[in-house]
Amino acid sequence: MHNKTIAELIEGLQKKTFSSVELTEHFLARISQLNAQFNAVITVTAEQALAAAAKADERLAGGNAPAMCGVPILHKDIFCTDGVRTSCGSKMLDNFVPPYNATVVDNFVRDGAVMLGKTNMDEFAMGSSNETSFYGPVKNPWALDCVPGGSSGGSAAAIAARLAPGATATDTGGSIRQPAALCGISGLKPTYGRVSRWGMIAFASSLDQAGPMARTAEDCAILLNSMASFDDKDSTSVDKLVPNYCASLNNPIKGLRIGIPREYFSEGLHPGTEQAVKKALANLEGQGAELVDISLPSSHLSVPAYYVIAPAEASANLSRFDGVKYGYRCDDPKDLQDMYCRTRQEGFGEEVQRRILIGTYCLSAGYYEAYYGKAQQVRQLIQQDFDDAFKSVDLIMGPTCPSPAFKFGSKGDDPVAMYLEDIYTIATNLAGLPGMSIPCGFVEEKPVGLQIIGNYFDEAKILNAAHQFQQSTDWHKQAPEGSL
Amino acid sequence: MTIERQEIEKLATLSRLSIDDKTIAEVTERLSSVLSLVDQLQTADTSSVTGMERPFHNAQRLREDQVTESSQRESFQAIAPETHNELFSVPKMIE
Repeated sequence: MHNKTIAELIEGLQKKTFSSVELTEHFLARISQLNAQFNAVITVTAEQALAAAAKADERLAGGNAPAMCGVPILHKDIFCTDGVRTSCGSKMLDNFVPPYNATVVDNFVRDGAVMLGKTNMDEFAMGSSNETSFYGPVKNPWALDCVPGGSSGGSAAAIAARLAPGATATDTGGSIRQPAALCGISGLKPTYGRVSRWGMIAFASSLDQAGPMARTAEDCAILLNSMASFDDKDSTSVDKLVPNYCASLNNPIKGLRIGIPREYFSEGLHPGTEQAVKKALANLEGQGAELVDISLPSSHLSVPAYYVIAPAEASANLSRFDGVKYGYRCDDPKDLQDMYCRTRQEGFGEEVQRRILIGTYCLSAGYYEAYYGKAQQVRQLIQQDFDDAFKSVDLIMGPTCPSPAFKFGSKGDDPVAMYLEDIYTIATNLAGLPGMSIPCGFVEEKPVGLQIIGNYFDEAKILNAAHQFQQSTDWHKQAPEGSL
Repeated sequence: MTIERQEIEKLATLSRLSIDDKTIAEVTERLSSVLSLVDQLQTADTSSVTGMERPFHNAQRLREDQVTESSQRESFQAIAPETHNELFSVPKMIE
């Protein structure tokens, strides 16, 4: 059952080939047998899952159940789950059990999906390798000595290892697309505002966006149908009709104009990755799409702009973790200042503290205009690049990341080397555009991702192109050894 | 752009983080490396643009100033490190 896609599982559930309880028991057994190898799942909610599955079976028996009814999924541990620990990969929230659900989680409850548990992640979603988690790194199912990417590395590895058919994830600078690429699965970051951020622990509020991860584009469309909604409780949620993302998957892509940014094929790109991506583009051209050479001239400034804006917002967002209302508090504080400082020093990991310090620096008197003000202006330039490009093309495509999965510790000493891992993904977060990664080949026996960027709210167009690519290739069907 | 040790100490105070002497040199070096990356921003000509705070420049939605939620004090205080008489409790700060 674990090799079936979500679409196939839905068919099986609705035809009563198997029940949700059977399906849930199967995935819980796989997690219990295999997860220790990968460390992808950090909380298993077996009891709640089986109760939800039994309820789903009743709904399925009654007919007219929503598509996701009875389908087991995992949630990234950044989404608040009522009564279930939500750690955000941090010691700071190791004891945090929220008394409410994130809107994304509630949407899946509404549709009858079954939560199997919560996935590991970089601490507060700050990282591209899953090495910053308080719970230890996640291992890439394709190469256990390599990182799965981050920050949604637990969700990506769990799907690649067939511990769940789909999962939720979040993307602030590439945290859905980069791990999807490195683990050989599909992952979509929707337009900013498409999916509610309510109950999703904030990292950088103007960049954070939740999205689905699964093995296929079709499954991502099914998951997005449940996830996307207008939410009164999120002031940046966009009140716009949510289409049925499955409806246009089978449209032919003849005549689709695909922009190929020359800046995404320059220095630093692994030749094997380049070759795999170009082969994928040729496939789409073969289906009638037109490849158009374009330029995104401010691309090289996206990483520097991001590393001002994201830490600045993080330093403000993370000020709430002070040991007063919830989460970690240091032992025997001698006064209030001591409690704040030691709680935060002991509760946050090294990378989180570094970003808080950078953010505080960029926002401090005398530096605000030079750093934060300037980064916001550069952000506008980057957005204008995309605006210009989308005047002549429907989608933009290129590599998701510069090279395949790297070894643990190989970028440990230099934060900048790690930051450059997201060089092709960050610009879409700055602009607020939707982007996706789908598997398109292998280098050194490790997966390569093709990135597809769309104009605002063009998720359906991205999913359509991705689905058409997957109809004529089998990269998304490959499985790491031992996971079949 | 390099950053001095004293500046790190000031930032740590502003950020309410304790940094011990042992790690301060390492933090100084790593932050300097990040700030060198960020300095590339200064090369951009931004004379023709305003700043972008977030996608879609529309004003954030406001709602009527009406009570819509019921009190959930008990469930929120159940997860607090320390409470006293229905209040969050912190170390004594006034002598």
